[in-house]
Amino acid sequence: MLYLLLLIIYSSSVFAQGDTSIAREAIYNRPFIGGNTGNMASGGYAEGNTNYFATDGVSEGFSMELRRFNLFLYSPVTSHIKFLSELEFEHGTEEINIETAMIDFRIFPDFSFRGGILLTPVGDFNINHDSPKWDMINRPLAATDIVPSTLSEVGFGIFGNLFPWNARITYYLYLLNGLGENVIHNEEGKTLLRAGKSGEMLGEDNNGVPMGNARISINFPLLGELGISWYGGAYNTFKKDGLDIDKKRNLHLGSLYYQREFFQRVTLNGEVSRVWIDVPAEAGENYGNRQWGYFLDMIFAVKKGKMGRLENARLNIFMRSEFVDFNEGKFILSREHKFDELYALSGGISFFPIPGTVLRMNYRWHWEYDLPGNLSRTGGFQVGLASYF
Amino acid sequence: MVYFRTINAWVGLALLLALSSCEKFLPPDPGGENVLEGPLDGLTPSQNNQFLKGDALFSKIYTPQEGLGPIFIQNSCVGCHTVGGKGIPANLVTRFAFKNGNNYDYLLEEGGPQHQTNAISNYSTELIPEKANVFTKRLPPAVTGFGYIAAIHDSLILSWEDSSDTNSDGISGRASYVIPRNNFTPQLIHIERDGKYLARFGKKASKIRLIDQVAFALKEDIGITNDFEPYDLYNYKTGVQSVDAIADPEVTSAVLQNLVFYLRTLKSPPRRNENDPDVLAGEQLFSAIGCISCHRPSFKTAKSDIEQLSEKEFAPYSDFLLHDMGAGLDDGFTEGAATSFEWRTAPLWGIGLASSSQGGKKYFLHDGRASSIEEAVSYHGGEAASRKNAFLKLSPEDKEKVVKFVESL
Repeated sequence: MLYLLLLIIYSSSVFAQGDTSIAREAIYNRPFIGGNTGNMASGGYAEGNTNYFATDGVSEGFSMELRRFNLFLYSPVTSHIKFLSELEFEHGTEEINIETAMIDFRIFPDFSFRGGILLTPVGDFNINHDSPKWDMINRPLAATDIVPSTLSEVGFGIFGNLFPWNARITYYLYLLNGLGENVIHNEEGKTLLRAGKSGEMLGEDNNGVPMGNARISINFPLLGELGISWYGGAYNTFKKDGLDIDKKRNLHLGSLYYQREFFQRVTLNGEVSRVWIDVPAEAGENYGNRQWGYFLDMIFAVKKGKMGRLENARLNIFMRSEFVDFNEGKFILSREHKFDELYALSGGISFFPIPGTVLRMNYRWHWEYDLPGNLSRTGGFQVGLASYF
Repeated sequence: MVYFRTINAWVGLALLLALSSCEKFLPPDPGGENVLEGPLDGLTPSQNNQFLKGDALFSKIYTPQEGLGPIFIQNSCVGCHTVGGKGIPANLVTRFAFKNGNNYDYLLEEGGPQHQTNAISNYSTELIPEKANVFTKRLPPAVTGFGYIAAIHDSLILSWEDSSDTNSDGISGRASYVIPRNNFTPQLIHIERDGKYLARFGKKASKIRLIDQVAFALKEDIGITNDFEPYDLYNYKTGVQSVDAIADPEVTSAVLQNLVFYLRTLKSPPRRNENDPDVLAGEQLFSAIGCISCHRPSFKTAKSDIEQLSEKEFAPYSDFLLHDMGAGLDDGFTEGAATSFEWRTAPLWGIGLASSSQGGKKYFLHDGRASSIEEAVSYHGGEAASRKNAFLKLSPEDKEKVVKFVESL
């Protein structure tokens, strides 16, 4: 935590003079990327926090965690070719991933080709998930347990921006290796798209049929940004050595998001996502074939602008409401409602001394129902730091 | 400087928060008397550690890579025995057999006696053999207090046995004596009868020891082979030896022993409102109408290697004997020494907390058919018919008191 604090103080003094206001695609909207041409740039972000939680009166006590330490490399190879990569260390070296390693070829001003390890544009959070941009310490449940953020996959596709009627339309169309069959029969005992992520899929698809992904969003300066996306395709291994071993099973993930700032004070940011998945009947009723979830962040800027020597600081209070239903529907035998649901409310204060550096304090409470509907309640406090460098 | 002062303020605020009484803002403990789960009071730190190892195994979700299946009912113990309590109708298990006259063939060579409704990927579930002609459905039982039941000396259970009803009270409980497994080693609590031993676990009292019950459930419910049940389940319709890819036994003996230790050291279901006047009056009525002839409160464990279970008095409200429960509860299925209409007296302890594991609802009796205590009583027949009638003749107020008493258990 001390290291992280020093890092934030150092990086804040560097970026305090920088311009981070250039409107760009979320993955290029990072402070270390200064302009469109030049030499290779490196950067990254780090985030850490404290936890003090209890479930039904039982607490594991106070602990600290270094959630992520991510390194970026960016190179505008030419004015038409850009390279971006991100190496992620989670909880020290517990998990190390290449989250992004992609090359963009701009063919026309509003049409580019992209290939490599890509962040899948499903919803908005997945491609805009850097912790220093967010007021809350925890990622939204709907964006981790329904949309399996961070979802990065090998693939290629096209993307671009159009600017009709004073609006900005952004589109993406990708083909990707997709998720594997651990979306069921995983260690959590429920349908979980994030369990279908696998390092092996960076080398080879498990079924030879890529998944598709499309997103379109429209941003009107006065009305905010609305985006809709789809991700889907076959997830299971249905053929091996030329022999049929299962039927082809598809999953589909749809997501809708909306963001808008009102009166330059209040920001709304919400995302709702739904999963449709062909779960084999023999897997059992623990595995839902439909899931959905949402989150809604409401952020109020208490003070922003100059604060002492800080030229562009911001103090926010915020609240998040979220819900996830892992298993929609009823039990076949008893026709009773299947629960496996989670509701959460969080709130807190965040302070951005500069854009890209945040100190935040959260209070969180969630209600978790197991499959039969037995309730457990968890609540707690978190204090955290996150910063780009 | 302002920037540093701001950081200092934040750090100070965080420390202040940590030092202040955060607990006031955290979810409260519901109170030990309101939850089924938890260890026995007074375990040593090393026993607590052992308990937690077993707890983790009980909650563990098995995957195909760890031996789940290939056919199974649930992927974890806790999937059926949520928070240590009874299951719900969605978790009913089906057992089947071929009945020919008075003979039962459990179709062991064709996937019997239990139907595995689920399967791992790229495998098909079990189909009940066409030959099967008797079926029963069972609700997963609560598992709390098992350590006490395991520590009862046979002689105490046998002291209630009265299979010929010599005392003419209409109750003729008989001990369930079964042939033990090959690896069975009698302990001091066991009393042999013609090479058989008294079984006390299971709804029809077909298992002698807790480890027999755990080993059976691991295999038949989850498809996890172990030292006691070393051969994998498979779908006979797919073909014999069409097992999963994991070497058997799929768990070590340590897993089995830790699970048994966990179940032994789960606390007994706690009493609530035991001094409430209505509850005390209900207890008197419960005794007066003769429910206590089978649902016996007074037991004492024999000497045990676990101090907290050694020579301790406890009140399970069962006699652990088999009783004729009449045609209404005849499930057409035999098990161990029990006939189709015989059931081991269901321990009533924990019944008041049953809904805490059943999503706030209530499902009583072996198949969850009753949704209230009154309804459960109404299904009693056979030896229990006179007690049921006595209950039904009570005034509504007195019935309510009896129900309040039972719900306090």
